[in-house]
Amino acid sequence: MAWYLIILPLLAALIAYLIPSDTWRIRLLPITAVLEFLGVLIALRGWGTAPPTSWLALDALGGWVMLIISAVFMICSFYVPAYLALRPERPHRKFILCFLGFLSMASLVTQARHPGLVWVAMETLTLTTARLIYFNHNPRSVEATWKYLMIGSVGIAFALLGTMFIAYSAHVGGVRDPLEYQNLMGKALQLSKPWLRAGFVLTLIGYGTKMGIAPLHTWKPDAYSETPGVVGALLAGGVTSCAFLALLRIYAILAAAGEIRFAQELMVGFGLLSMAWAMVFMVRQVDLKRMLAYSSVEHMGILIFGIGIGGLAARFALFHLAANALVKSVLFLSAGNIHRCYASRQLPHVTGVIRRTPVSGWLLILGFLAITGMPPFAPFISEFNIAAAALSGKSLWLGVLFLVFLGGIFLAMSDTVLQMVLGTPSARRERTPYRDTVPLTAPLVGALVLALVLGVWLPRPLSDMLHNAAARVEGQP
Amino acid sequence: MFCDFLLALAFLTNFSLAVSGRINKVIQMAVFQGVLLGLMPIAMGLGRHFHILLMALAAIVVKGWLIPFLFRRAFKEAKIQREVDPYISYPASLILCALGTGLSLLMAQHLPLPPDTPHPLLLPASMATLFTGCLLLVSRKKAITQVVGYLVLENGIYLFGLLLVEEMPLLVETGILLDLFVGIFIMGIVIHHISAAFDSMDTHNLSKLKD
Repeated sequence: MAWYLIILPLLAALIAYLIPSDTWRIRLLPITAVLEFLGVLIALRGWGTAPPTSWLALDALGGWVMLIISAVFMICSFYVPAYLALRPERPHRKFILCFLGFLSMASLVTQARHPGLVWVAMETLTLTTARLIYFNHNPRSVEATWKYLMIGSVGIAFALLGTMFIAYSAHVGGVRDPLEYQNLMGKALQLSKPWLRAGFVLTLIGYGTKMGIAPLHTWKPDAYSETPGVVGALLAGGVTSCAFLALLRIYAILAAAGEIRFAQELMVGFGLLSMAWAMVFMVRQVDLKRMLAYSSVEHMGILIFGIGIGGLAARFALFHLAANALVKSVLFLSAGNIHRCYASRQLPHVTGVIRRTPVSGWLLILGFLAITGMPPFAPFISEFNIAAAALSGKSLWLGVLFLVFLGGIFLAMSDTVLQMVLGTPSARRERTPYRDTVPLTAPLVGALVLALVLGVWLPRPLSDMLHNAAARVEGQP
Repeated sequence: MFCDFLLALAFLTNFSLAVSGRINKVIQMAVFQGVLLGLMPIAMGLGRHFHILLMALAAIVVKGWLIPFLFRRAFKEAKIQREVDPYISYPASLILCALGTGLSLLMAQHLPLPPDTPHPLLLPASMATLFTGCLLLVSRKKAITQVVGYLVLENGIYLFGLLLVEEMPLLVETGILLDLFVGIFIMGIVIHHISAAFDSMDTHNLSKLKD
């Protein structure tokens, strides 16, 4: 099953590249997505039973992330055909090749048990997604691609160095076994502490750059704003989740080695910094997609803040990964629709969305309410519980700061979103032929419904898996 | 002995990278350094392991032949001027590089090495090369010199990897090398698009997107 999840999208990518028929190439995308999702569901039944020596296997943590990624991928791939129909002028052979290539690499990241292999997959994933950002082929998208490629590659080079430091800490500590997460966690107490700490700092910088935590997020607003909304959704829900997972694997080794305090302080610090930074740049933000990019910076901050607080908050940070990925795809896809409709993403051109394209407008408002933590959507559950855990922890002011930033971001975001959604459409703006259609909105509705369901009901197997994954992150083998 | 000689040469190439004013000179230096480091495993007496020998050969081929080929192609297509165009002066680059090297030597003393480590210079050489790579990345204007900086950064990491060369599986090593190659290949393509879109490779042009 492990190989199926990697080979299937790779094979589909190859077929998509070779097949001459445009319609079949596009159809291949949702078909692969559904097959992959079913494969993940089947593979997840055995998450507890994989032999510890295998190189590839889904454990609870990797399985949870893979489930999220394949769900987001499915939502995106049902949207892509309708989107590409709106852009008949752009060739899409390489676009679909890279789209599917992303899925293959993501499933390698989630299943690999060797830190070196995870690194190789993450780097390949960066290279694949760079091509997606270049979809529009104009000077602005060249700039965004260049920044994404350079900052991402350099960042990930630091992650490689960090991975090597951790391997070296095992070497210095006399661990002669193969380099493998389970093994490293089991023998964590023997690892050399200075190398381990230095390695964690480097991996935090490296994978943090790919996640886009402040101040390493500078590629993010550019890349997310110059690329189609659907690629934004994939980056915000998929690529960042992979990087977060790679970071968590290393964090777990530190936790098992008894260095968790050190790691937690760094995580909480970077988490709060990301939220503060995002808040400042979201005030009076006129560009819808740039605002969503900063919102993504904020939520990466929430994730690592939650992990840093630990305990209950760590479990809900993992839950938040799913909540954020689902709602972000609603937001990015509706932003993409609005961009198509207005041929602009900026105030003051975009006003009165709810009159011009009611469905996308409502989805944007609901997505905004969901992401800022309105009940009964899923982000509310996770943000509430992370705040509660922080407030009842050792230092009260961490929780207070967290709530202040959440409140500030709600105000900043509501200002821009309400100006766009309400009001009357400006009469001077020329009308594009865009209309909301079922294929362009149904995937978004599906994602929003999923976020709603997760907000009120978490199925038993999933909650067991989350428990196990959180325990693993905190260093229990 | 030969090993320390190679490391000393690596230190010297760092300095010459920091002061070279011609783009093709910088590329040559980075390539030379790559080949130098490719010889390291053999100098360290690890030639008896077949897979290490194989990886060393692959590294030499990729860094000494394939990557220069990519650079030459980007260079030819892009019709660029020959100067490196740094943001800071060459003496300042040299001083920064020297400072970085000094810091690396200091830092290497603070990280514990196992007592029987055969090559104590390896760690400071790797840090100094990393530092030089970062310096080239942030202080040069042309897109192609930033790619050279990335290559030098990777050289530094490769050097550190030699400390663990007996423990990294072949699959992972191959993957790392392949990613480096494909990464530079794709950067070359983007450089091509940059020079087509802006008629120059100056990263100054890449500052339209901001808040």
